[in-house]
Amino acid sequence: MSEQTVRRFADVSEGEALPARSIPVTRATLVHYAGASGDRNVIHWDERTAKAVGLPDVIAHGMWTMGAVIQLVTDWVGDAGRILDYGTRFTKPVVVPHDGGTSIDVTGTVKSLDAQTKQGVVELVVTSSGEKVLGRCRATVQLD
Amino acid sequence: MAVNEDFLGRSYPPTPPFAVGREHVRDFAEAVGASDPVHHDVEAARAAGYADLVAPPTFAVIPGQRTDRQFVADPEAGVDYTRVVHGEQRFTHHRPIVAGDELRGILHIDAVRAAGGHQMITMRSEIVDADDQPVSTSRSTIVVRGGE
Repeated sequence: MSEQTVRRFADVSEGEALPARSIPVTRATLVHYAGASGDRNVIHWDERTAKAVGLPDVIAHGMWTMGAVIQLVTDWVGDAGRILDYGTRFTKPVVVPHDGGTSIDVTGTVKSLDAQTKQGVVELVVTSSGEKVLGRCRATVQLD
Repeated sequence: MAVNEDFLGRSYPPTPPFAVGREHVRDFAEAVGASDPVHHDVEAARAAGYADLVAPPTFAVIPGQRTDRQFVADPEAGVDYTRVVHGEQRFTHHRPIVAGDELRGILHIDAVRAAGGHQMITMRSEIVDADDQPVSTSRSTIVVRGGE
């Protein structure tokens, strides 16, 4: 490893908060993600279809949300290759209105640290319009 | 139609190879807001010790879902795709995915259970590289909503 600065185990403490962020999401974001991921389900970009299957409006891909919020952790740890394990439950859909879209609010906390392996578990709290959209969202990272 | 519980414990043969391209990594990274140069700039990735561009952590969903599709699309499995909701997702990375990888997925059906009128199916895709070395384990739980 050369130019990259990976966070050191010694510099991290349990209960530490990661810098929170708010991530905007519009219909254009979802169309881009549909193309990049290959998940072209119509409910993620077409309002009429979404409503026809009982949704309030177009909803974001759960996998987009999962992929977007982990950036909080990769930026903090300093290397995307240091995410060893990452999982979540999709508890509530993120509704993305036509005008202006919406945003996802993310906070992260270091839940536990393992001195033997220099690994840490970060828990993310992910909300949109004040409602929790991901549940039990946790990543295990390898610190230096 | 209910999901066929006989599929519990079943495994599938490896999928055809999925080639991870640089532009695909860049495009996916941009779509999820992954701006780190290791996803975009080959020199930056190499300087950080990687063979090529590094895929963001959830990129594994692409080969994972291609692998999972075998079950979902299997007519004998009885999955009504219009009733499917993604319930849970977890990745265990054995090493980062990089551009140039050729990935295959081996699907295992780990759980088929009823819950509150719905069925929950947990699929595990073991993603391996061209040398059959483990890259990622993707665990997806889908919920098939019960009919009225």
